[in-house]
Amino acid sequence: MKPADHTPEPANADEAASPAPATPEAIPDGSRNPASITTDVLPSDSATELVVPDLPTDLLLEMYRKAVTIRLMEEALLAAAEEGQIGGAMHTAIGHEANAIGAAYALRSGDYVTCTYRGHHHGLAWGMDPGKAIAEVMGRSDGFAKGKGGSMHFVSPELGMMGANGIVAAQVPHAAGLALASYLRGEDRVAITFFGDGALFQGVMHETFNMASKWKLPLIFYCENNRYSEMTPIWRTSSIEDIYMFPRAYGMATVQIDGNDVEVVHAAVSEAAARARTGSGPTFIEGITYRLAGHMAGDLETYRPQEEVERQQAYEPLTVLRRKLRARGIGGDRIAEIDEEVDETVDEAAAFAENSPWPDTTETYLDVFAGSASNGD
Amino acid sequence: MRRTTYIQAINEALREEMQRDDDVFLIGEDVGHYGGLFRVTRNLLDEFGEKRVLDTPISEQAFMGMALGAATVGMRPIVELMYMDFTLVAADQIFNQIAKYRYMTGGLLKVPLVIRGQQGGGKRYGSQHSQSVDSLYAHFPGIRVVAPATPYDAKGLLKTAIRDDNPVAFLEHKMLYFTRGEAPPPDEEYLIPIGKADVKRVGRDLTIATFSFCLLQALEAAETLKDEHGIDCEIIDLRTVEPLDTETVWESVARTGRLLAVHESYANCGVGAELVARAYEEAPDLLRAPARRLGMAPVSIPVSRVLEEEALPWKEEIIATVLDMVRR
Repeated sequence: MKPADHTPEPANADEAASPAPATPEAIPDGSRNPASITTDVLPSDSATELVVPDLPTDLLLEMYRKAVTIRLMEEALLAAAEEGQIGGAMHTAIGHEANAIGAAYALRSGDYVTCTYRGHHHGLAWGMDPGKAIAEVMGRSDGFAKGKGGSMHFVSPELGMMGANGIVAAQVPHAAGLALASYLRGEDRVAITFFGDGALFQGVMHETFNMASKWKLPLIFYCENNRYSEMTPIWRTSSIEDIYMFPRAYGMATVQIDGNDVEVVHAAVSEAAARARTGSGPTFIEGITYRLAGHMAGDLETYRPQEEVERQQAYEPLTVLRRKLRARGIGGDRIAEIDEEVDETVDEAAAFAENSPWPDTTETYLDVFAGSASNGD
Repeated sequence: MRRTTYIQAINEALREEMQRDDDVFLIGEDVGHYGGLFRVTRNLLDEFGEKRVLDTPISEQAFMGMALGAATVGMRPIVELMYMDFTLVAADQIFNQIAKYRYMTGGLLKVPLVIRGQQGGGKRYGSQHSQSVDSLYAHFPGIRVVAPATPYDAKGLLKTAIRDDNPVAFLEHKMLYFTRGEAPPPDEEYLIPIGKADVKRVGRDLTIATFSFCLLQALEAAETLKDEHGIDCEIIDLRTVEPLDTETVWESVARTGRLLAVHESYANCGVGAELVARAYEEAPDLLRAPARRLGMAPVSIPVSRVLEEEALPWKEEIIATVLDMVRR
């Protein structure tokens, strides 16, 4: 498969034929509609304090390869979902890739990450295998969790990937606990936790802000602000315009950045990690990004006009990375070569998953408890 | 042997396990400087310091979730809930996260932590500070549920719970805290396995399967039943409600032919209903009379002494139920 149209077909053709979706409403008090924000023009000056060094071209190429891998795997998964091969809710990260990749390359082996159910990109950025990932989402025996976790529960402890979560914000205190373990054991590991803008309105988020800041935990809060909490734009739900202002109330360092630029993300996470490792406490990073695909496979996307999605194509992570690479003198043929190679890799991964057998039904009853003979452990 | 209180037994178990394993730490509200609302964790901060005994803000969801995170990398957090009623405040982290984490990661992660605290009525704390949550915990796969009634059992089971690789809900009872019982001297190590019931009174007419504070009520009821009615009850302390040691219960029922399950959580959809159902499924031939269960009345727990006593399934209600079963 090739990088292509990122918008999935509506699940229901009749729905697609219904009247065109309304344009975003004007906010009654006349304030700015954040859905109109583009990632090259940030709505605050907070990002200007961040020094963004150029990353080596080889590293950018590696990041690009990773970004294309994520993109193509997500597209393969959406295709499989349309074919009915994937059940339940599957949330793709098309458009979010740079947030995960920039962060993964800024952290060390031994650091920890937790993330949301929109977590395929974190899994792959942290080194998970696309074949096992697709197999897991399809519920096959070669999935990393033997088909028990699925799309919303990517996990790979040996890579420090300590779990994606199906409940909004639930993974945030888990990362704080990982950071606490590092602190209590006198280690220099840091933990990063990814969540969306919607998570800002869960109570446990604020409980964790307070405890992490009070205890100066080596933790990085990374908000991927894609401007929609599921199907509802953030300006309909948030009491303030810029959500990075919330954690400031807890005495935390905060920065709002372009989450679609791997170099910017890398710089922000590197700075936050240095702060964490020196005992100076947590950082809140708000990466402004955009979800190019629906909230989940089959999302009718009636809540945003197609023009809004098209406008964002100019700022999406792969486009930004290609622009950077071209500016570094990397030719279009080299980029196309990577695209081809990744395309083959993802095709192989998809084939591996499709050929993976279903789990043995006895697997249903295993892994409930540890260390119990009756449980097969 | 010596006599000690339930609180002291738990305090000793915590101390000994913290001495034994640097990865064990306490976390909760007022557990450190104050020593716990019920003084269960007293002196532990002085001995182990602030990195082993962590006073938290009143943020049950966050510190429960943090315990999970720390446990997934091999630490052994012991989370105190000041009242086990606050289970419901941290319910997502307990039932959606901690209970499921091992399963939904296909066994890649384990969650060796203990959630402990006191539950139960009898002190007129009212609807949100007197509930018994044993049946609630037992409903969800993935968490062991332990509810000892004596200082000896509390110490031995808590030490086992801390070493267990599974999450364990360790349910104390506010009416048990100042009760006394025999226990070996401090530092004389013993462990009690999770999932083993204990026959606390031998009898021939009827089996009462119970746990936690209801055990003491059942033992008192048994004396009255013996003295005044000549009915000889066998009393099994389940000690653990997940897993249920049905083997020990069936062995007893094989001799008595009658089974009454008693606990302070609601009778409706409770541990007793489960035990009675299993009796009919697994051992129907042993029953000479219908098995029954007795639990909390289906009301929130009221504050007034007379109303609270009316709602709780204590001694008088146990006696009445046993008489009804035997005379039927």
